[in-house]
Amino acid sequence: MAFDYDKWIRPGKLPHIWCPGCGHGIVMKGLIRAMETLQLKKEETAVVSGIGCASRLPGYIDCCTLHTAHGRAAAFATGVKMARPEMNVILVGGDGDGTAIGGNHFIHACRRNIDMTYIIMNNYIYGMTGGQFSPCTPTGHKASTTPYGNPDPGFDIAKLAIGAGATFVARGTAFHANQIDKLIVEAIQHKGFSVVEILDDCPTTYGRRNKFKSVIEMMNRLKEVAVPVKAAEKMTAEQLQGKVLTGVLYKDETKPEYTVEYAKVIERAKASK
Amino acid sequence: MEKTLPKIEIIEKYCKGCHICVEFCPKDVLEMKGFYASVKNLEACIKCMQCELRCPDFAIKVITE
Repeated sequence: MAFDYDKWIRPGKLPHIWCPGCGHGIVMKGLIRAMETLQLKKEETAVVSGIGCASRLPGYIDCCTLHTAHGRAAAFATGVKMARPEMNVILVGGDGDGTAIGGNHFIHACRRNIDMTYIIMNNYIYGMTGGQFSPCTPTGHKASTTPYGNPDPGFDIAKLAIGAGATFVARGTAFHANQIDKLIVEAIQHKGFSVVEILDDCPTTYGRRNKFKSVIEMMNRLKEVAVPVKAAEKMTAEQLQGKVLTGVLYKDETKPEYTVEYAKVIERAKASK
Repeated sequence: MEKTLPKIEIIEKYCKGCHICVEFCPKDVLEMKGFYASVKNLEACIKCMQCELRCPDFAIKVITE
């Protein structure tokens, strides 16, 4: 049988607003397959987002959802998790929302190691607001605010997350669709802050300005740059030039989780009365 | 063993004509018919589900037994 996505989609919400060929729909399908694989309960699952194209995702998913202020998904989600630690909290958002406007919230959620899963759809640009460059826009690439090429170097979201203290970091691409749900399943199962970066395509505001002739060319680029972690071990530094590692990049199960630690603080405070 | 063919359902209301399913089908089963994707050669389908997996618009269902 075909996979039944309709179970997790709010009735009457499709077709979604994303442009033809936008990878966000592929990531949403991956998330739905992951939630179905784990047999999550709708009333115990919260999908939280900020503002942006990618952040429209919770509007379509039929479970507890929260569409919040720009970049503040991690802050609101922390509130949800602290109030209801038994909830599965999943954050979704784009690269601009997560690492620029919400950069501070992102690194501190990583540092706390609170048990949540952050799916960052990295399409290298602010799509919804008109194609401004984001911290992930590669050097030299064009955006509406950098018409002569972006002088800034881009963020490596996975390294940023590892450096900030996230305990599970993985990366996939919208092209490798059947890997997305596997990464998300592992991320949700992990107790601690998990970051899943999905390299995405934005044909409308990024592709057109950067001489990608079609969605297919953008998808093929994702296919070319992605190298699985295991394959990369056998490759030389020269061969890895310009490539991006995919798969589970980092996992640490020893670091204490924030809600568990905070419960201990509450116990200590009660005992000291 | 006789090969059973799947049923490929394309929901035109959802299809945005992005060409992803047509380009990445390994067996050239699909084609663009006007604005929408459509099935050209169902006999060649190997049920790899790549079109269903990659369709960003929830517009393709590959129904197998």
